[in-house]
Amino acid sequence: MICQECGQRPASLHFQKIINGEKTEFHICESCAREKGEGIPGSPGGFSIHSLLSGLLDFGAAGISGQPAIGNAPLAPIRCEECGMTYAQFSKIGRFGCSSCYEAFNERLDPLLKRVHSSTMHSGKVPKRTGGQIQCKREIEKLRREMHGHIQQEEFEDAAGLRDRIRELEKKLSEQ
Amino acid sequence: MSKHRFSRDALSDWMRDTGPDCDVVISSRVRLARNLRHQPFPLLATGQQAIEVQKQLTAVNEEGQLNDIGKFDTILLSDLSELDKRVLVEKHLISPALANESRGGAVMLSDNEAVSIMINEEDHLRIQCLYPGFQIAEAWALANGIDDKFEEVADYAFDEKRGYLTTCPTNVGTGIRASVMMHLPALVLTQQINRILSAVTQVGLAVRGLYGEGSEALGNLFQISNQITLGLSEEEIIDNLHGVAKQIVEHERAARKRLLEESRVRVEDRVRRSYGILSHALIMDSKEAAQRLSDVRLGADLGILPHITPQVMNELLVMTQPGFLQQTFNEKMSAEQRDCRRADLIREKLGSQTNLGGAEQ
Repeated sequence: MICQECGQRPASLHFQKIINGEKTEFHICESCAREKGEGIPGSPGGFSIHSLLSGLLDFGAAGISGQPAIGNAPLAPIRCEECGMTYAQFSKIGRFGCSSCYEAFNERLDPLLKRVHSSTMHSGKVPKRTGGQIQCKREIEKLRREMHGHIQQEEFEDAAGLRDRIRELEKKLSEQ
Repeated sequence: MSKHRFSRDALSDWMRDTGPDCDVVISSRVRLARNLRHQPFPLLATGQQAIEVQKQLTAVNEEGQLNDIGKFDTILLSDLSELDKRVLVEKHLISPALANESRGGAVMLSDNEAVSIMINEEDHLRIQCLYPGFQIAEAWALANGIDDKFEEVADYAFDEKRGYLTTCPTNVGTGIRASVMMHLPALVLTQQINRILSAVTQVGLAVRGLYGEGSEALGNLFQISNQITLGLSEEEIIDNLHGVAKQIVEHERAARKRLLEESRVRVEDRVRRSYGILSHALIMDSKEAAQRLSDVRLGADLGILPHITPQVMNELLVMTQPGFLQQTFNEKMSAEQRDCRRADLIREKLGSQTNLGGAEQ
């Protein structure tokens, strides 16, 4: 098979693009592929998750990253003080610059995270050493829920046991 | 020949073992993404900051924190040739992003290559654990333990509300990506695969090809992984993936059984035809090789080719990648030369298997 770009060299790269169910096949040689540089698995600059994300982000940031209408004063950009990244930059590349960006863009993240994960709150692992307080708080919340369950079932002895453990944990928390 | 043994053998030690359900599930993988609190993410780090991160994280191994887990070798990306990097990517030990785009990149590899800890990839730290067969919970347990070791000495970027903070919002929360690599030839042959895969994507899982994001499903190999990292616990994510993958395993087995019952001769013909071509062809491109090797692997699993070990397909898929071929034959090759070398290598490998087994005179 001959390369469909230059029509000279033999095609050595064969790939398919499927967009909305429409299939396109490409058969090109290595040097043309390098020039085109797109769509080759693993190659930088190809279509990536980040370009997809920025689509979602633009949606959430209408009026911020978009051009302000003529006559309107441009809005002050939202910026992360730590690394200097603006929300407009973030929405373009789909990646944060540092951990403080999460704080700086906090108000705008909920819709994005909801779309990507259907959730905005972490409920998994908490770091053992630095997350000590958080782990303690989560444990207290869990015990409270259990305690209320026991109270409703009129299992007061079990509830009292849990109450004591909650007090212990709360004491530990206030000492930290 | 490379100075690193990691880029010499095609088959990592961990792949020599067979795991549970290994007739369908090739391997299970868990990757955790972590970042340090007081450093900009690799995307914005200066060269000097990247080196600081590299030093801080590689020190965890040098100071013996990982001794309980196993013996690790630290390799700086700057010490590797382009070919070494390519081979490590082909073996899935490092990602293309670490190989091509990282600054101050490094990788810590365990002796049997089952654990690969990448530094300064998209995130400061990426812990990856690989197990043969269907052992996704085991892979999570190991990754979790390694994560604890790093956390003892490193201040992670963690937020009570958002969890582990990552460069890309698609990883935030647990930072976990769990995946299983499945060989699904019968579902492809019986044309059930699209229906099943589209169902998979509806329950928050993603399907990719052998070499990750954007790659084609060569050789009927599909990588199924979680998409959602926030709002679920790690155990829920693992259970969800496990449950779905288990069902796919059952579907694939049922499809294989039905193929044998309803069209045994056709299946056997297909397997033997591919075996014959691989054993005798002089030119073999990578796409055809992957497809034919998939047929042979199916034949091995169904007992049609009893003298072929299933691992030979795993090994040949890696060995016949461009970087590996170049390294094996120690020369730069055009695409056409590569196709010839690939055919040579496969003939040789299958030939040695036949002699070992003594069958098929």
